Amino acid sequence: MCLGVPGKVVSIENDIAKVSIGGVMYNAALALADTVEPGQYVLVHAGFVLEVIDREEAEETLNTLREYTNLYTELEIGGER
Amino acid sequence: MRFVDEFRDRDLIAALSRRIRDVSRSPITLMEVCGSHTLAVQKFGLPSLLPDTVNLISGPGCPVCVTDVRFIDRACALSERDEVIIASFGDMLRVPGSRTTLEAQRAAGRDIRIVYSTLEALKIAKENPERSVVFLGIGFETTTPTCAAAVLAAEAQGVTNFSVQSAHKLMKPAMTGLIDDGVPINGYICPGHVSIVTGTQIYREITERYNVGCVVTGFEPVDVLQGVAMLVEQHERGEPQVEIAYRRLVTHEGNRKAWDTMLEVFEPCDSNWRGIGVIPESGLALRERFAAFDADRAFEVDSGPPVEPQGCLCGEVLKGLRKPNDCPLFGTACTPRKPVGACMVSSEGSCAIYHKHAGEQVA
Repeated sequence: MCLGVPGKVVSIENDIAKVSIGGVMYNAALALADTVEPGQYVLVHAGFVLEVIDREEAEETLNTLREYTNLYTELEIGGER
Repeated sequence: MRFVDEFRDRDLIAALSRRIRDVSRSPITLMEVCGSHTLAVQKFGLPSLLPDTVNLISGPGCPVCVTDVRFIDRACALSERDEVIIASFGDMLRVPGSRTTLEAQRAAGRDIRIVYSTLEALKIAKENPERSVVFLGIGFETTTPTCAAAVLAAEAQGVTNFSVQSAHKLMKPAMTGLIDDGVPINGYICPGHVSIVTGTQIYREITERYNVGCVVTGFEPVDVLQGVAMLVEQHERGEPQVEIAYRRLVTHEGNRKAWDTMLEVFEPCDSNWRGIGVIPESGLALRERFAAFDADRAFEVDSGPPVEPQGCLCGEVLKGLRKPNDCPLFGTACTPRKPVGACMVSSEGSCAIYHKHAGEQVA
């Protein structure tokens, strides 16, 4: 049941967040999450917000992985393999 | 979609595939223990992007698949009572019990409702005060806190007609149990969303005592390949470690609030994993304080003797010892439309996933 999906918090009322997932609005309870604010991206699972997505970590991960892309592009340009 | 599309980038996928090929020299067997990982691996065709040295196997990460047949039999028997409403996640409905299924019971007119959230089940209880709602609680550490939250809400709101029949389970005892059982595993692709809740603490023993690497991995193709790359690199260096690849959502500490909520309501107990057997301290049962919300205590049920299907290899498949297409029933007697074993029913079951996605390229 790891069916968590990322979405964007649009509004919050009474411990329930309205989250936009692929353009469709879903309700997600905040009972299991610490502070959540509108505008944040969160992981929603079985009707609950489980965690806020750390955008800096996401960028860092992508940047680290892009170094491999650059490395292999350079190797190919240099005629390797 | 944000935080999805970037992790499906073809250039990154190609670069990671290349990286793994470059680094991997010695054979390595990696097990994932999450139905969503099984799905991601097959759906995105990842085995074809990996060198022959890397063997990906699937473990018991499908909570529906490992639920004891008696759990289903009990739920079906309970559904016979007019005052009971069974509330369940969708994919439990078609799992074969000893004699029938929840879907068949529903077709025969019993009140069985699919819910997407435990809070929906609680709402049904509040809207039907003269009936008794029994929520079928399955799932690991990702889902159990949501069940705990509903029980706490029921207690706080004075709801007396809501109970949980728990088959919730913990991931780690199965992960160590498989190694103890001799399943050859060099590294674990650790479940990304379970780990949001648990953090990495639960994997320390696996690495320290068994020398098996653990990398917490997400579910998009870039995520899975990144996790594989990290495990391969650990293996080549001879340094198994606990690492997080899925850093945008997982921390070493985990979500303490979700974890504490889960343990406020549930405590570990021995649990029978369908196809595998009893794993000590691997299940979660409601604590004494919540006895009023425990369907097992609240209802006296005779569900008859448990019966398992003949020839079904689900047990071996769940332990990663056989692939779905090794099973004599796969694709013939057992198909998604007419499943024999649980692994063919659930959207997270290995056999259902293979049947849909692996097609001609099964290895």
